[in-house]
Amino acid sequence: MITILAFYLFATLTVTSALLVIFARNPVHSVLWLIVAFFNAAGLMLILGAEFIAMLLVIVYVGAVAVLFLFIVMMLDVDFAALRSGFTRNLPFGLLLALVLLAEMIIAVAAWKAGPVAAGVSPSAVPVQPNIVAVGELLYTRFLMPFELAGLILLVAMIGAIVLTHRSRGDSRGQNISRQIDRRPEEAVRNMQPEVGEGMSL
Amino acid sequence: MIGLTHYLAVAAILFTIGVLGIFLNRKNIILMLMAIELILLAVNINLVAFSAFLGDLVGQVFAMFVLTVAAAEAAIGLAILVIFFRRRGSIAVDDVNRMRG
Repeated sequence: MITILAFYLFATLTVTSALLVIFARNPVHSVLWLIVAFFNAAGLMLILGAEFIAMLLVIVYVGAVAVLFLFIVMMLDVDFAALRSGFTRNLPFGLLLALVLLAEMIIAVAAWKAGPVAAGVSPSAVPVQPNIVAVGELLYTRFLMPFELAGLILLVAMIGAIVLTHRSRGDSRGQNISRQIDRRPEEAVRNMQPEVGEGMSL
Repeated sequence: MIGLTHYLAVAAILFTIGVLGIFLNRKNIILMLMAIELILLAVNINLVAFSAFLGDLVGQVFAMFVLTVAAAEAAIGLAILVIFFRRRGSIAVDDVNRMRG
């Protein structure tokens, strides 16, 4: 009973916040609604017993991706009102496309229910080990190669993002390490003997 | 009882909302990227739901890979957005033809 209640709560909130993501006037609100949507999707996955993916969703999406979006939205000084000017013009076509897509998916599900399902797999296979242990075992044995490739993709993305956005600014004074090492005491220190009452100029 | 169809319905609605978001916010590329994230979230829900109801963990592994690629895509997309904004001073992408494409 509580499962059904939780499912409908999470599903409703996910869909509602997803709608608010695309209809919110302020992009900052859009990002915040995106965070709500991710949290509720994580709840949906928790109900399914996929704890690892749910936690990953919260950590990666909410903790990294959504914050990245938030940074960008707040950093760029953009007139967002002007960007919405095509909204009403695109509305009929967009709605038509969305309806066609939804109808296609409903037809697909109906056809899948009517036709013979590739049955034979019993969902009653109760997992003996925790979800994270099972996923980890699969990741490090059968899917080791894709796992490494995923790490490579992340590395490429990281280097790419840095290379793309890096610019050398003329007004910044960075540290010149070879100059620091080359510096000798003779040129850095001067021995002065000023008279009493006199200052000294540097 | 919650079945596979319920999850598929939620994912289908999310996917549709994502596509609708791309088509409605043709000028605002930040919102388009967010809509892409919604689409990938729908795909992830599908993968995890099938994985749970078929008793096969491979779906969850692939959901993780989709998550990885989505994070990388968001990072690269936002980096491109930042340099585009530096050059043009706006993020209107409706009539971008810098590369004459």
